[in-house]
Amino acid sequence: MTRLFAALALITAGLAAQAEEATTFTLDNGMEVVVIEDHRAPVVVHMVWYKIGSADEPVGASGVAHFLEHLLFKQTDVLEAGEFSAIVSANGGSDNAFTSYDYTAYFQRIAADRLELMMQMESNRMNNLAITADDIETERNVILEERNQRTENNPGALAREQFQAALYQNHRYGVPIIGWKHEMEQLELEDTKAFYDLYYSPNNAVLVVAGDVQPDAVKALAETYYGVIPAEAQLPERIRPQEPPQRAERRVTYVDPRVSQPYLIRSYLAPERDPGAQSEAAALVYLADLLGGSSFTSALGQALQFDRQIALYTNASYDGSSLDTDMFSVAVAPADGVTLSQAEAAMDEVINAFMEADIDPARMDSIRTQLRASEVYAKDDVQQLARRYGAALTQSLTVQDVQAWPDVLQSVTEADIKAVAAKVFNRDQSVTGWVVSSQEEAR
Amino acid sequence: MFRTLIALCLSIVASTAWAEIDIKQVTSANGINAWVVEEPSIPFIAIEIRFRGGASLDRSGKRGAVNLMTGLIEEGSGAMTAQEFQTAREALAARFSFQATDDTITISTRFLTENSDAALALLRQAIIDPTFDQDALDRVRAQVLSSIASDAKDPNSIASAAFDAAAFGGHPYGTSMDGTVESVNALTRDDMRDAHADALARDRLYVAVVGDITAEAVGPMLDALLGDLPAVGVPMPTDVDFGLAGGVTVIDYDTPQAVALFGHNGMTRDDPDFFAAYIMNQVLGAGGFESRLMTEVREKRGLTYGISTFLVPKFHAEMILGTVASANATIAQAIDVTRAEWARMADDGMTADELAAAKTYLTGEYPLRFDGNSDIAQIMVGMQMIDLPPAYVTNRNAYIEAVTLDDVNRVAAALLQPDDLHFVVVGQPTDLEATK
Repeated sequence: MTRLFAALALITAGLAAQAEEATTFTLDNGMEVVVIEDHRAPVVVHMVWYKIGSADEPVGASGVAHFLEHLLFKQTDVLEAGEFSAIVSANGGSDNAFTSYDYTAYFQRIAADRLELMMQMESNRMNNLAITADDIETERNVILEERNQRTENNPGALAREQFQAALYQNHRYGVPIIGWKHEMEQLELEDTKAFYDLYYSPNNAVLVVAGDVQPDAVKALAETYYGVIPAEAQLPERIRPQEPPQRAERRVTYVDPRVSQPYLIRSYLAPERDPGAQSEAAALVYLADLLGGSSFTSALGQALQFDRQIALYTNASYDGSSLDTDMFSVAVAPADGVTLSQAEAAMDEVINAFMEADIDPARMDSIRTQLRASEVYAKDDVQQLARRYGAALTQSLTVQDVQAWPDVLQSVTEADIKAVAAKVFNRDQSVTGWVVSSQEEAR
Repeated sequence: MFRTLIALCLSIVASTAWAEIDIKQVTSANGINAWVVEEPSIPFIAIEIRFRGGASLDRSGKRGAVNLMTGLIEEGSGAMTAQEFQTAREALAARFSFQATDDTITISTRFLTENSDAALALLRQAIIDPTFDQDALDRVRAQVLSSIASDAKDPNSIASAAFDAAAFGGHPYGTSMDGTVESVNALTRDDMRDAHADALARDRLYVAVVGDITAEAVGPMLDALLGDLPAVGVPMPTDVDFGLAGGVTVIDYDTPQAVALFGHNGMTRDDPDFFAAYIMNQVLGAGGFESRLMTEVREKRGLTYGISTFLVPKFHAEMILGTVASANATIAQAIDVTRAEWARMADDGMTADELAAAKTYLTGEYPLRFDGNSDIAQIMVGMQMIDLPPAYVTNRNAYIEAVTLDDVNRVAAALLQPDDLHFVVVGQPTDLEATK
């Protein structure tokens, strides 16, 4: 063991948290640009992120942000339906898009010398989409099949939808990204066009270019293709309904015969990373790791999977990347013969004991080391780095916040963790969800 | 303007050079071979280790032994319990993963240059000297049993299990490597030791190393890490014929969207026509939005979120497979369209334009795969397992370019057999007749 500790000391001394090579600037029309250099391979990732997601949708039109994402692959004034992806593919690249609560993003991964073509096409579809009622019909069926595949066929996903709807009483994080099925079925051309015309604008977008590129060259191209698009004067301030003070804990039991392993998950409202104020979020990253990060070393894993052997699986999770109030979750899947009531009681005992006891300094050191190392490993994946910036900048954070985050994580103390835990573990702001195959199992 | 720029790019795509990676071949003093790429720019090392054989080496009546044994490698070794081992690993910020498949055991690792000696010592202890404690065995066994129960209620797993059983019967490919409730419950510590000795031996070992290390240092490192493994393991499984005839199997399951797994006999990886088949499959169903099946089933008709096909050349059998999911009311139509596209490609082949587009995509996409230490290590170890030389990385695009329209259409006609296609459908499909 001595040898291991000696090695540990070396890491702590040797690995200063270092920011990747990122260059940032803003075009005259308000479009933000981030360039990350990685010259190991002649590849580029080109991403445009819009500060618009499912939580920005109008009431009654859930799923429209994601539906529009699909429609952006249809025709524009110069591109035929499907031609965007066909051209990317014919140049050896791949492309796709994704929608979340807070953003919608489009990306291509391609040989670095094709960047100009990508910018030309992506800037074209920012303003010139020419979709028809026919496109709407077929593609609506596609998103309904996507919902079938991701959610209707998946009892865990259906349960999560119910729990999240109960956790958020007023905020749109309670509505699924893909949409409620009955509202998806009613989405029409006008819904998507209204959304597109207002929000797909350079002053509502972030360009991230990562890979074998020079910032000056990227800037010149960005000015040529994106810089000429006028800013949207009518772009509204991003104000969304927030949670009221929550005053009562909620309990939900989801019953589905397709469930094979019963489990429970409790989610609490939790603070997110905010501009210039990321310390509470950083402490919550530690809290999740200490409570349920690894089955072998976390408090829940040690107590329930090893010492008492009453759980098959335990977990605690926290993301922190969110524009508005986030959540912190703990979960337990009981071992055979253990009821959910017993598992939940045992889980609460562990949480209470954690709050009473001192945090082991060796665990703190280990988590700090792993967080430093994850920055080293992250440099091997430039697309992941690009996503980090895109997500942050569409969720109100700044480039400085992104680059400060590793240091904020390193400075978390035991006292910070206890303070944020005391604040978050408030059952009045929580939902406890049980997932079972029958009512008889819900005991 | 658009057209001009596009044309320009297409004209230069074929001549685009890319920075070739420098693969060094190393043989250690004790005879362990490895491929190495030195990449000092980020201070960590990725090692990818594979053992051929994998879960197909389970002894008779011991189905699930190799899978369970692989799960136990990180659950206690040397003088350390599972918790002590993981505490030590976390303190080093090293990442180890141990995974069994039908044909391999894969060990993927990443660790920092600063503490590489300690990380390698820990990894060696896990690979060479796992303890298979009864506690750990029982705990991981319970996890495997939960996974078996979960598969029994998952539409995709139900479809795979039925397809594999019908295609391969009593061969290991015919059953899940997880084993059954009965077989897993019966596994003992002795079975774990047997599975370890059977499957982790130097006569089936492949290694790739990428990162902040010199090729000279790799040989001694591998001798220390793997040199104490037994020289020889058990014989490889025999080859097996694909035994499933054309038709439709319907498995009743109450779920809104039916899932279909379909396929028939395929082509071996060393077949001289493999690249023609690879391009054909790209156009038929592997090419994402650009494939014919995606165009016909999703883009034109909105019947699915995704449909794709795969060439599956395993070590002891080969298949061409596909998957599609559609609502119970529309799966029959999705299957009809799929059959029609299978027949159209077999009968009429593809056009010169389709061939050209597939070639530009495949040759352009290939170099983009080599953009991370772990990715490169995985590619290199995969190449070794199918007897490809390092020069393949340089020549591979030429092999793609050499395929002619005649080749690809001749291979399509020979490989694709619409009457042999078997669909296993899980759900409650309407207007779909099962054959028997």
